[in-house]
Order: sequence, then structure tokens, then C-alpha cells
Amino acid sequence: MIDRRALFLHLAVLAALLAALPMLAAYHVTNIAKIMVLAVYAMGYNIAFGYTGLLSLGHAMFFAAGLYAAGMGISLFGLSAAGALVLGPVAGGLAATLVGLLALRTAGVAFMIVTLMFAQAGYLTILYFVKYTRGDEGIVIARAARAIGSVDLSADTPRYLLAFGIFALALLLNLALVRSPFGRIMVAMRENEARSRMLGYNPYTVKLTALAVSGVYAGAAGAAYAVVFGYVGASLASVQYSILPLLYVLLGGAGTVLGPFLGALLMFYLIDYASSATSAYLFIVGAALILLVLFAPKGILGTLRERHARWLP
Amino acid sequence: MQLGSIFLLALLEGLVSASVLALTACGLSLVFGIMRVVNVAHGEFFMLGAVLAWFTASLMPGPPALTFVAALVICPLIVGAVAALADMLVLKRLNYEPEATIVATIGLLYILQQGALTVFGPNALPVPAPLDFRLQFPGFGYSGYKIAVILAAVLLLLGLWLILTRTRIGLVMRATQIDRATARAFGINVDRVYAGVFAMGAGLAAIAAVLIVPIQQAHYLMGADPLLLSFSVVIIGGLGSLRGTVVAALLIGMVDQMIPIFMPVVFPAYGAWFTPTLAKIIATLVVALVLVFRPQGLFGKRMA
Amino acid sequence: MAAVILEARGLTRHFGGLKAVDGVDFDLRQGEIHALIGPNGAGKTTFVSLLSGRIEAQSGRISFDGRDITRLPAHARVRLGIAYTFQITQIYAALSVFDNVALAAQSRGSHPLGAAAMEALSRVGLEARKDQIAGTLSYGHQRLLEVAMGLALKPRLLILDEPTQGLSQGEIETFNGIVKSVVPEATVLLIEHNMDVVMELAEWITVLNFGQVLATGTPPAIRANPAVQSAYLGA
Repeated sequence: MIDRRALFLHLAVLAALLAALPMLAAYHVTNIAKIMVLAVYAMGYNIAFGYTGLLSLGHAMFFAAGLYAAGMGISLFGLSAAGALVLGPVAGGLAATLVGLLALRTAGVAFMIVTLMFAQAGYLTILYFVKYTRGDEGIVIARAARAIGSVDLSADTPRYLLAFGIFALALLLNLALVRSPFGRIMVAMRENEARSRMLGYNPYTVKLTALAVSGVYAGAAGAAYAVVFGYVGASLASVQYSILPLLYVLLGGAGTVLGPFLGALLMFYLIDYASSATSAYLFIVGAALILLVLFAPKGILGTLRERHARWLP
Repeated sequence: MQLGSIFLLALLEGLVSASVLALTACGLSLVFGIMRVVNVAHGEFFMLGAVLAWFTASLMPGPPALTFVAALVICPLIVGAVAALADMLVLKRLNYEPEATIVATIGLLYILQQGALTVFGPNALPVPAPLDFRLQFPGFGYSGYKIAVILAAVLLLLGLWLILTRTRIGLVMRATQIDRATARAFGINVDRVYAGVFAMGAGLAAIAAVLIVPIQQAHYLMGADPLLLSFSVVIIGGLGSLRGTVVAALLIGMVDQMIPIFMPVVFPAYGAWFTPTLAKIIATLVVALVLVFRPQGLFGKRMA
Repeated sequence: MAAVILEARGLTRHFGGLKAVDGVDFDLRQGEIHALIGPNGAGKTTFVSLLSGRIEAQSGRISFDGRDITRLPAHARVRLGIAYTFQITQIYAALSVFDNVALAAQSRGSHPLGAAAMEALSRVGLEARKDQIAGTLSYGHQRLLEVAMGLALKPRLLILDEPTQGLSQGEIETFNGIVKSVVPEATVLLIEHNMDVVMELAEWITVLNFGQVLATGTPPAIRANPAVQSAYLGA
């Protein structure tokens, strides 16, 4: 059962994003579109980390799986943009399942390192097959290929609307997931694994399922990134892109549905603002990570939920 | 060159890299063994040691040998101080909770990297070797400095071993490792031990870096490789076991250096499809699989 | 005599040199309340952990309802109907009381979920506190919540590990009533130190000492057993 206030809040956020489109300058239209795509990625990360308690340092691999499935599908195999958007989440989910089958035999710190290592191997694999992936230089998807029907997705408004559509779908599914019986089991696994086992839940399958769903989200975001922004490069598969969703989720609030979007929005503009003032934007990322774990480990919405709004999903 | 000479050269290069790696990885292993902290910023302490060595060498007057020795003393101290500060200001306040600590050290990694870029710039910074003579081996001459690096590393590791097993400091550290609460009850200042261990771990990385800069040059992005290699070493050697760490460092350091030298000779296809990148992919996967299937490492005993 | 629902033969688990459970033969009859007693360190918790699957047996065999479950993982045994409540309270402290019980109820596929969870809560008298965060309950209420989670699993065998530890006299009486209401549909295996509770509830008692069965029988027989008296009761 979904609390009415919660449903209303999430619909209101979606309505605001849609209503904002005609009022935004072109620069911000691009930015918000990018933020919405990255927020889908972070939502996926949050399903693993925030709800299930799986702190992965290798999600860039799942993002990249969607990204390259879409990018190479279009550029090498003549896949349509719509087809790429379907292939992306499948690839992300598959990658997460494969990694999970092995990595979930470990837990805690070992899980973090194993996922980091697998993602590093994935990143190197992209560099190794430079002939097909074009490595660091990356694939630029031709404008003509970035269209669904006759709609040109490289233009500001359609790209915003496509990003919005994917974001809205992801957000509402996320809301439904965490309020479903399975959502409750994910949280139970995070809170007390030994207890959950003695309630008859197999920790391995629960975590694997959550990780797979998380990978589907990451893959969907990767494919959306490829189609909407037309660029697919190895840097998007690097460690930094595994840390990014962690940062967004920590800032917005782990284990909250809107947290990833809020975190992505604030962090994106903070970095955007900082890099116009100084070149040292990594300072901001580093300082933000440390300050968050020190002083606000529950993030903005997590703290809000604890103090004022327990109904917040 | 003859095959025998090539093998000897590869062996020497492997030993140089293994000895530096052993020092770096022991720092990581020490911190993990005693504090149960996985320090992702370890590579940046290495990098910091290297750029500070350049700074010292280029700022201090006097012959290279003197400035280098100065760097060998000063850099680990500065890096150790930075680490101790990070421990007291951040890690201690997180109560060394494993996941929060890793996230914090990731933050530290970014800050140190960006700090080095801002202060020292993006260029590779050379440091002159303090020794300038070559040893003649059958078929090739070899840098005397590199031999000195191997010897220095062996001495430092012996020193570390003596500190840990034969001194009161080592005893206090081991007591803290076994049981924090009991150590505290016996009047050990656990906070100070932790800050000290974290500083010592970082200092070891810094010493390793100072030793390597005359060969490799200092650069703000140089921390990534030692970090990944040290992780691999510590995992293969068995988490927290210093003996395993040294053995694994020897193995990985040798393999890492010998493959690019030796493989083209014995394996003509090397470089065509079997590239260094592929070797790295395989190595990374192997390490990950070891952690999955043998978390006690290849040399460690399985805990009950 | 009722059918045997759980049977253990030669069950063994050593920890290093410590023979925590050493060749135990054990029968549990359908619908009985069976108490497991013994001095501290007798291996009681290890023994029920072997039954529930939290610890793997080194040798020996366990069968439940005619099926060999020796190698079955813990969560699968729960699905067969073996519920275990922890000696040290293991609730989801950050979740609401309702969510705690609902997690147990949905594991059994209870439908409708809300009603099943509320029924389990009302059996232990916590229904009014369903929205409270479990970690903020008093200790006694947390123990009762733990029992409610066991009940919501609708178990065929309920294993209770020192359930009355730290409860007040009034809470113990409530608890006794709950346990009596579980049988004979389900079977109860109870580890208990409080002899009043044991004598009030148990129809059959097994005494463990140094990892082995010292005696087994009805409460009067156990009370009269000289070996038990010298090892345990007589102290």
C-alpha cells in the first residue's frame, strides 16, 4: 500500500519537472536532462546500497553495460534508438547478475573490493577492444541514429522529454518496489541478515535479485545516456563513475526514493558552479564524501525522514 | 642479448619493483591488520611521498645524494603526519566503521590527488638519482641505484619486522589488534596507537615512493597503480598477514615486471593480441576470484 | 503416543577441542512441549542451532517429518516449518513492530498479510504498539515481539532459546499462556533456565551435560533422577 502523501509528493516532483521545461534556459534543459538520466543510475545504486545494504564500488560496470550495448548496438549493428533503450537495461541486469553470482559470496569490505576489481576489469576490457569501443576517445553516435520515429532526440526539448519519461517510469517503479513485500525483505536483509535467514529468506537470492534490479536501472541509465547525449566513452566506465552514484545517494539520502535525484541535482550544480570558479572540482567531491559520512550519514532526506516525516518512502 | 642475460635483467627489474611494492603493500596490510581499515587513499600517500621528494630535492641546496637522504627522512614524516591527522579528524570519528571508513578514504583520495595537482601541477617531476654508477653484468650494465633500492627495501622490511616483533611498540600494536577494549583496559592509549599505525602505513608508502622516484618520476596521478597492486598483494597474501604480504609482493612484483620483458622473447604473439592490458585484465580477475573463493589468501590459513 | 516429528541421531559438533555437541540422539513428538535443560555450557544453544541449521553438523543425521534435513540450509528449514527465536533478541530495531511481524508472516505466504501480522501481535498483546519503532520497545516487549515473529511464521516446530530471560513475573505468565496456546497444532522445543517455567510447561524434558544427553523423561522422572540431581538440580 502506498501512502497517499508519498504518492502525491512524487507526482508533484514529476509535475514540477515537466512544468519547468518551457521556463528553463537551453543550458539548464541539457543539465536537467543529464541529471535525470544520472538520477536513474543513482536510483539503481540506491536499490542495492540504500535499501539492501550492498555497498558496491563497481556499478560503473553496469552503467557501462547499458551504455555500450546501446552505443555499439547503434553504431556497429544498426540498432534503432528505441531498440537500444530496451537492450540497455537487459545488458545492465545481465552484467549485475553475473557479477552478483560471484561477488555476493562475499560481504562487507570484501564485497566492495571484489566489485571494484570486476569493474576495473570491465573498464580495461573496454580499452582492450579499442577497435570496437574506440577506447578513451569513445563513440560519437551520429545524429541521424538518435531518433525515435521522426523525433530528433538530439534537440533540446525531445531529449528532455525522453529523459523525463525514463526518469518518471524509474521513479514510480522504485516507489512501488520499496512498498512491495519484496521491498520490505530488501530492507530486512540490510537491517539484520542473520534474522532474515531465520525468517526463511535466502540472503543470497534476495541480494542477487536486488542487485539485478539495480543493474537494470544502471543499464537503462547508460542506454539513455548514449541515446540522449550521443557519446559513449571509456571514462564513463571508470572508477569515478562508480563513486558518483554513491555520492549522489549519500547526499540525497540512502534508502529514500527521491534521495538519488535530489543528490544528483545538488551535486551536479555544485560541481558545475565550482568548476566555473576553480579547476579543483575533485576537492568538492572528496570533501563532500568525507563531510557526509562524518556529519550526515543519512543524507538530506534520510535526516528529514528521521526528524519530521516518517512516511517518506 | 642472450636469453640468460635477458632473464637476469628481468629478474633484477622484477626485484626492484617487488621490493618497492612490498614496502607499499606492507603499509596497507599493517593498517588493515591492526585497524581493520581498508585505506583506499593509500596510493595517494605513495604519490604524496613522491612529489614531496621532488619538492625536497629541488628546493634543498647540496649534492643529490644529500638532498635525497633528506627526502627519505622528511617525506615519510610529512606524509605520516597527514595520515595521522586524517585518522584523528575523520576515521576516529567514524569509529572505524568499515563501510563509512572506505567512503571517507575515497574522499581523502580525491582531496590529496587534487591537492597535488593544484600545488605541483600536472607535469611529471624528475628527481635525480643519488648514486650514479653502473654495475656490469654479463651482457648488460645495470643501474647501481636500482640495486641500492632493493637493498634498502630489504633493510626497511627487516627493520619493520624487528619493530613489530621485538619492541614494546610492536607489542602494544599487537595487543591493540587482538582486542581493542582489553588493550584500553591495560592502559594502552588506543587512539594514539591507531593514529600511529595509520601514520606508519602511510609512511611506508611514502618511503617506497621516495625510493622509486629517481627511476619513475613523480606525478599526481601515479597513485592508482601502487594502490591496485597493493590491494592485489594484500588479498593474495592473506588479509592482514605481513609475511603473506611480502611473499605475495615478491610474486606479483616479479610477474608484473617480468612479463613485459620476458614475454616478447618467449612468446612472439605478445603485443599483437596478448597486450599488457589483457595481462592486467586477467590479473585483476584472478585477484577478484581469489577474494571470492579463498578470502584467507593463497598463503593464509583459513580461520575457524 | 504421538508420532515423532523430529529425530536426531548421533548429532555431533566440536569446536576445536570443545565437544559442544557429542553424539546426541534426540526425539521430538508431534504436539508436545519439550524442555531442554542443562548447566551453562552444556551445549544447548549449539544443539538447537544444529536443528535450526544455523550451524552445520559435523556428523549425525536430522530428520524432520520423515525427511532428511541434515544438509538443508537454515532458511529452507524455516520454510519447512522450523522456527527459531534467538537467545539474544534479534529484531529489526529500525523497523516498526508491524513490519517485524509482517516480515515473518509474508515468509509463510500468509494472506491477507496485514491480518496475519496483527493476529500474531494480538496473541502476545502488542497490537496497540504496531506503529512503534521496534528498537524503542522495552526489553520485555522486544522478547514478546521475537515470540510473535516466531508465531507469525506459523511454525510446525517452534524452538525458543531462553525466552523468559530478563522477563518480569507478569510477563512470564503471559508467555506461559502463549506457549500453551501453540500446542498441540505445533510442537515446542524450549531451552529454559527458569525451572518454574519448565515444570509448568514441559511434558517431556531432556537434560544435556558436556554435550551429551544425561537423561530424558517426564518432569517427575527427571526430578527423581539421581544423575540429574547431582549434575544440575541438586546444586
